[in-house]
Amino acid sequence: MASKTISTARSDERVAKVGAVRGIFRRPEVGASLGAAVIFVFFAAIRPDQFPTIHGIARFLDPASTLGIMAVAVALLMIGGEFDLSTGVMTGTTGLIAGLLSTQAGWNIWPAMLVALIFALGVGYLNGWLVVTTRLPSFIVTLATFFILRGANVGVTRLVTNQVRVSGIDGAPGFHLARTIFSTEFTLFGVAFRTSIIWWIVITVLASWILLRTKYGSWIFAVGGDPEAARNVGVPVDRVKIALFMTTALAAWLVGIMNDMRLRSAVASQGIGQEFVYIISAVIGGCLLTGGYGSAIGASIGAIIFGMARVGIVFAGWDTDWFYSFLGLMLLVAVIVNDYTRRKAEEVSTAAAKARTEGE
Amino acid sequence: MTEPILEVRNVTKMFGSVIALSEVSAKFYSGEVTCLLGDNGAGKSTLIKILCGVHQPTEGEYLFEGEPVRFNSPREALDRGIATVYQDLALIPLMPIWRNFFLGSEPEKGWGPFRRYDIDFARRTVREQLGDMGIQIRDPDQPVGTMSGGERQSIAISRAIYFGAKVLILDEPTAALGVKQASIVLHYIVRAKKRGLAVIFITHNPNHAYPVGDHFIILRRGRILGDYRREELEKDELMNLMAGGEDLVKLQRDLARFEEELELAD
Repeated sequence: MASKTISTARSDERVAKVGAVRGIFRRPEVGASLGAAVIFVFFAAIRPDQFPTIHGIARFLDPASTLGIMAVAVALLMIGGEFDLSTGVMTGTTGLIAGLLSTQAGWNIWPAMLVALIFALGVGYLNGWLVVTTRLPSFIVTLATFFILRGANVGVTRLVTNQVRVSGIDGAPGFHLARTIFSTEFTLFGVAFRTSIIWWIVITVLASWILLRTKYGSWIFAVGGDPEAARNVGVPVDRVKIALFMTTALAAWLVGIMNDMRLRSAVASQGIGQEFVYIISAVIGGCLLTGGYGSAIGASIGAIIFGMARVGIVFAGWDTDWFYSFLGLMLLVAVIVNDYTRRKAEEVSTAAAKARTEGE
Repeated sequence: MTEPILEVRNVTKMFGSVIALSEVSAKFYSGEVTCLLGDNGAGKSTLIKILCGVHQPTEGEYLFEGEPVRFNSPREALDRGIATVYQDLALIPLMPIWRNFFLGSEPEKGWGPFRRYDIDFARRTVREQLGDMGIQIRDPDQPVGTMSGGERQSIAISRAIYFGAKVLILDEPTAALGVKQASIVLHYIVRAKKRGLAVIFITHNPNHAYPVGDHFIILRRGRILGDYRREELEKDELMNLMAGGEDLVKLQRDLARFEEELELAD
């Protein structure tokens, strides 16, 4: 009896100690936060006069915001166990639809935006429906969507305008209100920030809330973690997946509209190649490529890392060609760190489980 | 003896021309552990898949609480209170215990767009339920994948009990476990029985079956080889029945001869 009490007490101590370590390692966004801190310090050391100022922060949050909106939606989908390669080109498609309708057909910008939204949600639904009914990898299904949209973007734009761009969107009725809502600036500490930053923060908070505080969040983790197990306990797996594809399409619509408002024009090649940047942001933020694990806040931090790198390289006076090499390097580091932290978390808690069993 | 909660009468199951079960009749009672024993290919899996709604019998009757029923899916059986804990457990390894426990039946609070997962309730309930079953978890946020096999079985079992199961079907819950882990699961089986559930425990290990079983059904080649109350059966008899009696004698003889041959070869 005496020896049993002692061994239980000892195992309690061990569990408490490893519990604290595991607590730190368990959050998926840990790696990304560390990476963001390192990169901030790095560029701050190179250009202390520009980078770590309020002006510098406003500069790098600008690209981070639209990227972050996409990365958060893509992260939700990846946690749900799927990929979407059509997200980047969809930002172009939605921008072109709204742009063509408002400039060529003379529509008010609002119904034009609505048509673009319906189209985006339709394609998102179709992506999801094809993935769940054919059971083909979403990588392939959305690669097809990517090429179809990419071709249509150029084809339709050239057919209608004889050019590969749509310009003069600011001439459309309703443009100024839409611009105020979707893409303008606000002043804080005497520096102009993009309103897209507000959208991005709201979307990150909303996505985190859904993921961590509603049953739908549990379902998203479950359909990515083990769809068969989820189905066995009554989770509507197919509906969740389709909804996630529609969410990435919705985010792409929002970013497409923001581009229209900001640039007052749309180009047919808009967004091509960006789909990988979104995926990389989500992975840097702690999403596993295999699904079932990840974080919306992490994806946003991944987007901040990209914003900092893009702006920091300019500040440092380096050739911007190197940006993509940086991207690749970050991806590699992120995947290795993710894998390491996850294994660390599992090792530690296996030790805890063992200690507990021995204590009994 | 009261009325059985589950009963099969002369159930036959064919897969094409293969007879997986042949005229099997059995009764399962609440507050009892029924052990379903048999070698590989004896028809255990087919029988439980009929009981839990995955398969439908080709011939024969299936009665639940005295009423003939026909389940077209495991969900229909589950809605009547027939819960199955599969070998793969239907738990998501990377998710915390509490999310797994309530997956598909999440408790909610709040109103309209602020309707949200009642996480405090979920954490508290998981701790209480597992505590009631004699397993102390310190951290309901621990991912299920980091728990031991016995602990995972325990979570799956207490989940089934919490959501009102009347019949608990356990498919080889101790097969992949060490001695200590298996004993934890066997304790759970006894607790579930004491709560008045009918437990159907599938195993091919008589050492696990004998200590907890009230009633033993031994299957062999798709037929019932024996149906005994615990009082009627010694452990050695059970082992013999499992191995098929004379087969065991033959096996011993064969092995003795084999050993001699090996010695001669040296």
